[in-house]
Amino acid sequence: MALEVTQILLNAQSIDAATRNHAEESLKQIQEQNLPAFLLSLSAELANNNKPIESRKLAGLILKNALDAKELHRKNDLAQRWLSLDLATKTQIKTSLLQTFSSPVSDARSTAAQVIAKVAGIELPHNQWPELIGSLLSNIHQVETHVKQATLETLGYVCEEVDPQVVDQEQVNRILTAVVQGMNATETSSDVRLAATRALYNALGFAQANFTNDMERDYIMRVVCEATQSSDVKIRQAAFECLVAISSTYYEKLAPYMQDIFNITSKAVREDEEPVALQAIEFWSSICDEEIDILDDYRSEYTGDSDVPCFYFIKQALPALVPMLLETLLKQEEDQDQDEGAWNIAMAGGTCLGLVARTVGDEIVPLVMPFIEENISKPDWRGREAATYAFGSILDGPSPGKLAPIVNVALNFMLAALSRDPNNHVKDTTAWTLGRIFEFLHGAAVETSVITQENCQQILTVLLQSMKDVPNVAEKACGALYFLAQGYEDEGSVSPLTPFFQDIFQMLLFVTHREDATESNLRTSAYEALNEVVRCSNDETAPIVMQLIPVIMLELHQTVEAQKLTSDERDKQNDLQGLLCGCLQVIIQKMGSIEGSKYAFMQYADQIMDLLLKVFASRNATVHEEAMLAIGALAYTAGPNFAKYMPQFYQYLEMGLQNFEEYQICAITVGVVGDLCRALEDKILPYCDGIMTQLLKNLSSNQLHRSVKPPIFSCFGDIALAIGENFEKYLVYAMPMLQSAAELSAHAVSQDDEMLEYTNQLRNGILEAYSGILQGFKSSPKTQALVPYAAHVLQFIDTMYGGREMDDAVMKSALGVLGDLADTLGSHVGPLISQSSSSKDLIEECMVYDDPLIRESAEWAKLAINRAVSG
Amino acid sequence: MAPPPDHRRPIKRAAISDQQRRREVALRLQADRRSDAQNRARQLASSVLSLGPEPATEPEVEPEQEMSEASGQLAGRSDLDPVRAARLRGPEVRKWFARQLLLPEWMVDVPPSLDRDWYVFPRPSGKRCFVVSSNGTTISRLRNGSILHRFPSNLPNGARTKDVSGPASSYSILDCIFHEPDETYYVIDMVCWRGYSLYDCTAEFRFFWLNSKLSETGASDPPSQYHRYRFNVVQIYECNLAGLQASYSGQVPYVKDGLLFFNKHAHYQAGNTPLALVWKDNVCSQYVLDTDSKGQIPSQQQVVLELQNDGNLTTSDDPPVALGSLSRDLIAQSGLRVGNLVRVAIKDERMRLVDGKLDLGELQLVGKTNHSRAFADTYSKVLFQHAARHAPLRIEDLVASIQSNSSMDNSQALDVEMEG
Repeated sequence: MALEVTQILLNAQSIDAATRNHAEESLKQIQEQNLPAFLLSLSAELANNNKPIESRKLAGLILKNALDAKELHRKNDLAQRWLSLDLATKTQIKTSLLQTFSSPVSDARSTAAQVIAKVAGIELPHNQWPELIGSLLSNIHQVETHVKQATLETLGYVCEEVDPQVVDQEQVNRILTAVVQGMNATETSSDVRLAATRALYNALGFAQANFTNDMERDYIMRVVCEATQSSDVKIRQAAFECLVAISSTYYEKLAPYMQDIFNITSKAVREDEEPVALQAIEFWSSICDEEIDILDDYRSEYTGDSDVPCFYFIKQALPALVPMLLETLLKQEEDQDQDEGAWNIAMAGGTCLGLVARTVGDEIVPLVMPFIEENISKPDWRGREAATYAFGSILDGPSPGKLAPIVNVALNFMLAALSRDPNNHVKDTTAWTLGRIFEFLHGAAVETSVITQENCQQILTVLLQSMKDVPNVAEKACGALYFLAQGYEDEGSVSPLTPFFQDIFQMLLFVTHREDATESNLRTSAYEALNEVVRCSNDETAPIVMQLIPVIMLELHQTVEAQKLTSDERDKQNDLQGLLCGCLQVIIQKMGSIEGSKYAFMQYADQIMDLLLKVFASRNATVHEEAMLAIGALAYTAGPNFAKYMPQFYQYLEMGLQNFEEYQICAITVGVVGDLCRALEDKILPYCDGIMTQLLKNLSSNQLHRSVKPPIFSCFGDIALAIGENFEKYLVYAMPMLQSAAELSAHAVSQDDEMLEYTNQLRNGILEAYSGILQGFKSSPKTQALVPYAAHVLQFIDTMYGGREMDDAVMKSALGVLGDLADTLGSHVGPLISQSSSSKDLIEECMVYDDPLIRESAEWAKLAINRAVSG
Repeated sequence: MAPPPDHRRPIKRAAISDQQRRREVALRLQADRRSDAQNRARQLASSVLSLGPEPATEPEVEPEQEMSEASGQLAGRSDLDPVRAARLRGPEVRKWFARQLLLPEWMVDVPPSLDRDWYVFPRPSGKRCFVVSSNGTTISRLRNGSILHRFPSNLPNGARTKDVSGPASSYSILDCIFHEPDETYYVIDMVCWRGYSLYDCTAEFRFFWLNSKLSETGASDPPSQYHRYRFNVVQIYECNLAGLQASYSGQVPYVKDGLLFFNKHAHYQAGNTPLALVWKDNVCSQYVLDTDSKGQIPSQQQVVLELQNDGNLTTSDDPPVALGSLSRDLIAQSGLRVGNLVRVAIKDERMRLVDGKLDLGELQLVGKTNHSRAFADTYSKVLFQHAARHAPLRIEDLVASIQSNSSMDNSQALDVEMEG
């Protein structure tokens, strides 16, 4: 019952919009009317060698999209829909797909390979299509190279789609054997060899057992290393990609091969084509990533240990590795600083050098200094830039004590270079390096800052001057100012920036108005620097920040009023609105936290609120989020006075809570509800019915991104704390939700770290809800209403304690809830608490905990419980 | 040019955008404020719990039960809703803090079991204040609630250093005396530590906690850029002979202003308490007798009292004790208003008990006090000052009390005082 879809598929790619739209509409209709027939037609189209390649490719693409989607919820729906199709249809589609392998058209084969992988991704975990891998492997011995190539490609895609646990070791062995044979130098077809190498890349995750077997591992490594020497650049690139993947997946197995790999990679970095050289550098970056993680684990307070030992590959390779990387720095491209997405050997080399510095620390400094000294004054800009870049790259890692003397000598040179070097590229890197100096060698955390009262003025003069330079240099100067200011965020009242506030603001505002401010991200950088300077203001500079408010409001007003924009202008407008709202948020937070400026600030509150409400007319997600954040800050600062804005604001609050698609907005809005609760207290009561309804709806929806659920629970606590016993009417809805979520999360078995982290977030949210509710009801005559829930709350904590997977935050919240339970319900729960043995053990255990916060939470809980039990 | 691989950030590109930072900061602030709100509710809960009705401290004296409506002073603490009190801002914060300090009574008689139940230490001379560290700053507030210093310190969350653990908003409160000559805060008590209240804990526990916790933080380190003032603990002694001797005549790094006695079992109690006592003589203090507004010791004892709307002049005790009155004419004539603190001189320096109440006899108005003063004198202070001029409680009396080893009983002790 295949339908004739060729023409529609061709029309759907027509340059004529009307034809295209019409075709797309027809496709949609067919799909809705008869899905099985639609999918069958598509697979038949793809398999049919008599059809034009354009319609075959699109057929495959639509088929693929009917099986998989990025968004998790939709992905699951599509998988379910496929599984529920009748067997005959599915079998016929799969047969068509496998048939396509014999097509002489490589695009058709490649598309079929991807679709097969998607079907496998759905079916294999359900133990369906068990014969797939066997039938693919039987193709390997085909004489026709194109079938062989398509088969290997498919095996690669299947490995990418499917979880290693789904495939048994026997099949894994056969897949790996086929793939590695295909990669072997004896394979004459480079198409086959390339497909095999790419397939290995995806199959590496399946090779856990094979990598523990010395002989098999040696064989795989030999074949991969040989493939890096292929005459085909694509094979060499793919082979290096395999090495990169191996470096992170099998770091601890690499020792015997490191000498060879060093030789291979350094030859590739020096001599091979860029895509290959980039992968060779990436290998070393990836080793750095591994060792940085391991060494971090070693240093970590709690475990002081790591699952994988550090082999110090980087330290050992250092004397040869650093010169190799330094050489790459001289291979800059003329225009790389103008192109934001640029990536080349010099950039990769510098990035790797930075990672090496973080891995080995002080040891890198003497290896890099001679290079810097030799090149920093070269007439050729490449020498000067490379030297500066090298310096900037190693500033994170070595100790400030090691770097400070060098920086103290270099600083004046850098400032001179930034003002006077004739080359933009050099100035760009110089400004960036200054920013790195300020980031890592200046500020509260650094023992002796390289910035003094004296050189600060000179630095500022140069930075502000450079903000008039070409956009990319000005952008880096803004970035440097950001870090300079960040170092003074903790300064209290004596910041050397104080006398320059006015000049700084003036220059930054000037930059935001530059005609070319949209180039090189300049405007964003200027606003970010502005925000940071505001963050480090103090009593003394607050009046100057205050003068900024009308200026920013005027700008925002102009964006709100602007009309009839082209879509490009609209995008820029949205960006600007987002930046201005962000800036207002920072100003509100800061002015609200300085006691002397808060009241002066509040005179602007009406106007700011008015503007922010208008901003909600924009349809842009980022803008909404920024405006919402600014309103949260305003609510916290305004306190109970915020009540007067609620009637107008409420609709947008509700809108935010309903925004499932842009879940970031939903999460931020939930947070703002918390801010409102703390600001308005019982004045939030009239809005609580609406808010609670929406929050409860959100919780029961399976479309809401899971990350929003924990904050919603916490928000219950905020509301209860604000409205006290008035929360009573929500108990009957909120408590069962909390209970069932508690039930689930207490028993959750976490397969991975990410899941464990989420489970703990959820538990924490639930506990915060309980705390807020208990505290809210304290001293109320309605306290009794909570008594029936006490047993469950205790059980929840007992179960979590038994499961031993609580993180510190959860532990602390749990202790809080125990205390609150005793404090609010007193003698009503005394006996219950006495029976809860694990809670008693938990408290005892926490009393001798390392973390003082936990220890003290335990003391508090004990105090409250003693009172309840004895009272 | 191909873009870099997904997971590889070019070193010249910023690690996170300021927008991401703003988002993270907002979420963190919300979380902190939540735990702050919850902790404050807990803290205040425990401090409010410790606010039982004050025991009658001078059984011989029937304090006037009548409390003036106009005087809000010291009134509302026990009816503070904890959650609401946690939200106080600006001037309310000042008032609130002003009510939080434990105010020792003056020792007009020697309490029984001094050697068993009490600690003693030499009181540093200087400004008594509450030091609060939270959110990356440290603020010290004087007894009247006004800010003395705002500075970074090594106290928990006392400076914005990057390695703080736990929520930046959880706060610590220390009871201190700021000693000007060496610019040091001498810590005499610990009220809250990292968000947890010590109100409910005995002095014994608080001093133990103070000594063990303060040293963990580096707060006693010499001043540096992010630690503007040093915090020192005061050496505290058991109040036996040796302890008393050491406190009285031992060398200390600060200027002494009398001795402080703390009952070991007493909780931290805001306001006046007889469970902490101050005593001084000319050996251990330069300021035994009160000075007037010009810094001179007046020939007649002067007392600062609060004017009530019935013309009565009362002490700052809770409930206030009326010690005399001013005529309506005089009030009108001198432009005084209800609630003003006035300085009066005692003309006839013989104290009398009239119907069980202390009567200072005829009072001579000296003037209004300067406005930074927040409280009237306490009853015990008036008594102590009076005794100091006529029949002081001497160090020998304290020594004798310890030697006689708890043979004194209450009535005897109080008799001594009432003879003056």
